Amino acid sequence: MRFSGAIAVALLIAGSVFAAEIPPAERRSGYDFMKPDTRAMQDEDTANPGMLWVLDGEALWKRKPGAVNKACADCHADARTSMKGVAARYPAFDKATGRPIDLEQRINSCRTSHQQATPLPFESRELLALTAFVARQSQGAPIETGTDPQLAPFIARGRELYLQRQGQLNLGCANCHDDNWDKRLAGSAITQAHPTGYPLYRLEWQSLGSLQRRLRACITGIRAQAYDYGAPELVELELYLMSRARGMPMEAPAVRP
Amino acid sequence: MQQRPNSSRRQFLGLAGGAAVLGVIPIVTVRPAEATPAMLASAIQSVTGGATVRTGKVKLDIPPLVENGNTVPMTVSVINPMAPEDHVRSIHVFNEKNPQPNIANFHLGPHNGRAQVSTRIRLADSQKIVAIARLSDGSFWSASVDVVVTLAACTEEVI
Amino acid sequence: MASALINVPAKAKRGDIIEIKTLMSHIMETGYRHMASGEVVPRDIITSFTCRFNGNEIFRADLFPAIAANPFITFFTTATESGKFEFEWIGDQGFSETASASIMVE
Repeated sequence: MRFSGAIAVALLIAGSVFAAEIPPAERRSGYDFMKPDTRAMQDEDTANPGMLWVLDGEALWKRKPGAVNKACADCHADARTSMKGVAARYPAFDKATGRPIDLEQRINSCRTSHQQATPLPFESRELLALTAFVARQSQGAPIETGTDPQLAPFIARGRELYLQRQGQLNLGCANCHDDNWDKRLAGSAITQAHPTGYPLYRLEWQSLGSLQRRLRACITGIRAQAYDYGAPELVELELYLMSRARGMPMEAPAVRP
Repeated sequence: MQQRPNSSRRQFLGLAGGAAVLGVIPIVTVRPAEATPAMLASAIQSVTGGATVRTGKVKLDIPPLVENGNTVPMTVSVINPMAPEDHVRSIHVFNEKNPQPNIANFHLGPHNGRAQVSTRIRLADSQKIVAIARLSDGSFWSASVDVVVTLAACTEEVI
Repeated sequence: MASALINVPAKAKRGDIIEIKTLMSHIMETGYRHMASGEVVPRDIITSFTCRFNGNEIFRADLFPAIAANPFITFFTTATESGKFEFEWIGDQGFSETASASIMVE
């Protein structure tokens, strides 16, 4: 099995020193790790399959799904102006729950409270489409997540989760993404885990997917029990990772291998 | 010079969802019936009718080392005029090891101006890809490329 | 919802060779995958893509399961006159979608 070999190597390199954080000047987007062909898919709208979800989201933005017969556009008007830079600030502090919520959760909370519509399931095409459409309006904007002081304890908890070893492979996120981002795991570049492009089109998925989906796959990869979609731990991880990527430009909808 | 993309939206016919079974697995786990060199030969035969296929004129661009076998960019071009009296009629692309040997057939004519097409393909494994062009004079020309599909780490398998 | 992205230059000079790019939402289920229960996931692919210009076919492709999800197809054509490109995708389980784009040729 070629795979057990790859895992054994990962365990060896992970067994040594404790995570050292990546200095801001050395941060690199996953885009930088991609081959030119994959970059080309992201670079041009008509080559980027993620744009299909953006188009769907644009249609949903004008649809009136709930009992009060209100579309997103009825409150927020033209997303090109009203949603500009918004995704670059998520996850953000939600006063109602006293916790951070991610962009998908914000869209669903808008649906239930303002549109009186049912929340959309995580990873449903509609939720991904709306999220992608909103996130697209922040393309190129620098990530600003985490500046709200109320988020500090949640960022700290996200960081703890990021460092914590878990699962049968006894690995923490940092063991790969801080300590070994310049190496490869099987055929893949490890990367620095900056979530600059979510929701993004992953060639492996052949679909758009959320950061929570990616985190769950990573957690399962280290043979740990993945948190459920929407779990506070996943949102705290998202929050930590986005605040760690502060200043890097938003790429959604990005393309990744 | 390109305009903003026009979009057309339609009702979709339903999307497969499915619970995800996750784990560290090769890109493609289910490979029930690999196409064989014999199947490849027979698929080519059905296009050429047994005519001689010469090497040349065709250019097949695929990254030699692909990042993910699920979506591999591919461009085929044929160095030949596209005139009424001498043009490329069709381009046929085949593979060796997917469950079936055909990838796509492209039907062209003089109005295309340039015999070049691009698409994205799936490759279940490292293998040979063959492109064959049929010209208006009935001759067949080909190119082939060996592609290495690397195994990704931490992949998930949907369904 | 099924969205399509079409990229056609809005204007061209007569005789210019122009590139047309198309991207269509589709899962392209191969018919070779199995569910956990062992059941085969039925094939659901686009089998044919056609482009017509002012009613005449200028490009056609037969697609197989080896085409990646959300098929991306690009090709060329010579700009001869102003008019309309019509695109048609046909596939399994009754899939049929169309899109169009206009060009001004000077």
